[in-house]
Amino acid sequence: MTPFELWSTVVIFGPLLASVVALSARPALLRAGLVLGSLSALVGSAGLWRAVILYGPGRHLLGGWGQPLGIELWIDGFGVAMLAVTALVGALTSLYANSYFGDLSELSVRESPAGRGARFFAPLWLLLWTALNGIYLSADLFNLYVTLEILGLSAAAIVTLAVSRQATVAGMRYLLVSLIGSLLYLLGVALLYVQYGTLSLEGLAAIGPSGPIPAIALAAMTVGMAAKTALFPFHAWLPPAHAGAPAPGSAILSALVVKGSFFILVRLWFSVYGGGSPEGLVLLGVLGSGAILWGSVLALRQVSLKRLIAYSTVAQLGYLFVMFPLLIPEPGLWNADAWTGGLLLAISHALAKAAMFLAAGNMSYAVAQDRLTAISGVAHRLPMSFFAFGVGGLSLAGLPPSAGFVGKWLLLRSAFETAHWIWIAVIAVGGLLTIAYVLKVLRYALDRDEAPEDFRPVPRRMEWAAALLALAAMALGVRALELVELLLVGGPFPW
Amino acid sequence: MVSPLWAWDGLPLAVVLSSFVPGVLIMFLREEQTLLRNTLNMTGALAKVGFVGLMLQGVAAGASYEWAFEILPGLELSLAGDALALLFVTLSAVLWLVTTVYAIGYMEASRNRTRFFAFFSLCVTATTGIAMAGDLFTFVIFYEALTWATYPLVVHSGTPEAIRAGRTYLAYTLGAGAILVVGAVGFEVTTGTVAFAAGGVVDPMAVEAEPIRYLLLFLCLLVGMGVKSAIFPIHGWLPTAMVAPAPVSALLHAVAVVKAGAFGVIRLIHSLFGIEVSWEMGLTTLVAVLASFTIIYASVRALAQTDIKRILAFSTVSQLSYIALGVALLDPLAQVGGLVHLVHQGIMKITLFFCAGVIAQTLGVKTVGAMGGVARRMPLTMAAFTVAALGMIGLPPVAGFISKWYLGLGALGAGAPWVILVLLASSLLNAAYFLPILRTAYFDEPSESWSDPWPHHRLEADWRMVLPAVITAALSLAVGVFAASDWSPLGWALLIVERGGL
Repeated sequence: MTPFELWSTVVIFGPLLASVVALSARPALLRAGLVLGSLSALVGSAGLWRAVILYGPGRHLLGGWGQPLGIELWIDGFGVAMLAVTALVGALTSLYANSYFGDLSELSVRESPAGRGARFFAPLWLLLWTALNGIYLSADLFNLYVTLEILGLSAAAIVTLAVSRQATVAGMRYLLVSLIGSLLYLLGVALLYVQYGTLSLEGLAAIGPSGPIPAIALAAMTVGMAAKTALFPFHAWLPPAHAGAPAPGSAILSALVVKGSFFILVRLWFSVYGGGSPEGLVLLGVLGSGAILWGSVLALRQVSLKRLIAYSTVAQLGYLFVMFPLLIPEPGLWNADAWTGGLLLAISHALAKAAMFLAAGNMSYAVAQDRLTAISGVAHRLPMSFFAFGVGGLSLAGLPPSAGFVGKWLLLRSAFETAHWIWIAVIAVGGLLTIAYVLKVLRYALDRDEAPEDFRPVPRRMEWAAALLALAAMALGVRALELVELLLVGGPFPW
Repeated sequence: MVSPLWAWDGLPLAVVLSSFVPGVLIMFLREEQTLLRNTLNMTGALAKVGFVGLMLQGVAAGASYEWAFEILPGLELSLAGDALALLFVTLSAVLWLVTTVYAIGYMEASRNRTRFFAFFSLCVTATTGIAMAGDLFTFVIFYEALTWATYPLVVHSGTPEAIRAGRTYLAYTLGAGAILVVGAVGFEVTTGTVAFAAGGVVDPMAVEAEPIRYLLLFLCLLVGMGVKSAIFPIHGWLPTAMVAPAPVSALLHAVAVVKAGAFGVIRLIHSLFGIEVSWEMGLTTLVAVLASFTIIYASVRALAQTDIKRILAFSTVSQLSYIALGVALLDPLAQVGGLVHLVHQGIMKITLFFCAGVIAQTLGVKTVGAMGGVARRMPLTMAAFTVAALGMIGLPPVAGFISKWYLGLGALGAGAPWVILVLLASSLLNAAYFLPILRTAYFDEPSESWSDPWPHHRLEADWRMVLPAVITAALSLAVGVFAASDWSPLGWALLIVERGGL
């Protein structure tokens, strides 16, 4: 078995097995499932990282099984980088979730409505994790569809785990958008299959899809994926869903799940379609800019903590789409700085946003409320969560030292290199707006000198999970060399 | 042969870490662990002075230091210890040490000291990083880090006024910071390098080919640097930020933050564009005119203030532009004057802020009108204040005189005699706002409303606040009297200019 076969098996079947284990309602097994899922994802992605650096990108068979049973995988730097950041965020969020849902050894707790969340969070999340890892390794459009569908279903289910009417409504709405998105994607897949008779990404890339039907296919798939990624103006479903979910769920949805459909968009536009059309790229960039500005303005206007962070996700996702026009300044050329910068921003957003949602979760856990006014003074009792939120916000705003800063530096560099002046202004203004809404939260948390009276103690692990994620975002700003090297293995056009 | 201690390559990193490590450790302390916190602070401050001393020896002996760590392919965190960097680092290190003593005394009864001292150390770290940044990328990292690390100190008291000041501070510095980052990336792409080099890295031919592009880049960078250096019209944050506790005003808003900006202007004109290219583009004239206007304008504004800290703040705005003015003139003596004022202004202004702080803390006196009798009640403090104020006016033999002398000589050399008029007018204005303070303090009757009318200590106030002021006042005198020594700031500035310019 090659290292590729070994570690890809670990990274996909580990979380899947863990999810089955966690289906049992026994607290010990729930915990065992989270540990197993985290360890296999961490070890597997580390192994793949090493392998892909040593041997380069390539096509492999899952578990080494040949056709017709075997599933083909495509393993390159982009996919492995996403696997790795998912593993890191996932492991720390699992650690957090383990304390967040409380002590499950009491049967009465398990049977309560809140206990429903505790029982089903771990299996759903581990299933979601499996699907994400599958997306990042898929070599064909059909496997992408299957994993995407699992991702969407488990993500919507996680939203409804929060015991509130709003969360249920938000979850249902999310499910609907997600299904429509998948259907549009499937439509595109069908059109491509009819036209070319293959679903392999590499095969399609070799043909070089062109003409009206592939163009319609790309448009359908793009709208579907944009809806799932909550690209402006398809973003309305995101804030209620991400804010409504239980705290670890919010972190997963905002940091990781939206990256899954983003990943597919990048694969489609660049790897398969070789850049699509310049007009389409610019349109995506314009929508991204709209997201940055509109999302930030709405974030500034929120009165609820988690809503504010959720709108910030809408805004930050915009940066990832600004990458699209910068990556291919003119047909036949691609800009490496746009690629590494845009993806570094995606990765730093995953780390920073998870840190911020978990930190916000700690704050609202402590005061049992989610309004910004309710958290006043909480900084004095939860200094570490406050720190995590601040450092996460620093990275989001692109202030050094942070992954967000190096990502923005590279993205700005690509904008200069390709003489795209307007994007420069968007990137700079977006950073300032980010600071404004991050500061709004910090101000409330520091508002009073005394801590709030009815204060529920927060388990240390939950504080540590948030702080470690924030530190990871900072550390990446001091040393991004290895990650950039990884992202360039294969690049946007691996074939 | 045993190599001397200064031959250690890691010294630049050690200088940066000597404040970073204590800062991070302090974050984890509880509020009541005062002794441990103070020990960490003092150890860091002493270690920094020690490391800087070693580097001074090394550079004087002809060595230079470089330390780099790759962040991105082709972009490094690069620390360099050359003569110019050391001028600023030495100033920060020495003044951090005295300010630490002062702050321990000043903050004794205050809340949230852990947060205060942690961020204070981080600010000093960022300042030393700025001083030793070997390229523009590193400079921007530390420069932007300094912005966010200062914010918690500005809003420290948590009053609505402080919060408002903090917002103004961030709006100015982060807004200009965003422009700086854009300019820096643009500079990198346009010239293909971010390195600092004596004489500049910009190719004059390239400027001729694309004058507008280079002009815009210069202006972006100038806005970024100018905001911290408080050059008109982006100086407005500085007087507002005076709501911060006195040690913050003293070290950060009179020395570290604002000097970071002034130092940035030096780097921009001398290490990036090069003085010749800047001059040919007419940009040195722009900087000199802006700086001259700031000098006069801020002095006039200072005249109209009654709050002592606000007078000092406007005076800082005015004095800072001496540095920009000096380094923007195409004459080595003017550049010496600008460089040496970086140090001289720092020592004198920190003395003034120390004194204002201790007077406010001990007597509750914050305005000029209430200064009556303070000289009798606090003679040592007022003596220190007097020395520094006279130095600011430019009276020999205090430090300020040396700066103005070289600036004047340089202005003549550069063929810009109008600068002399600016210097003269500024000196008169300085006298006009400093002398009334002195007159009131020495000759007017004591006020009834002092919070601590008669000393119940043996000293006029807490020694930890009086001693630093006396030390820096003595320093302001010493650097003027012994200006001819090789180890005086003037000697060092001459060394910088002799060694191939800036």
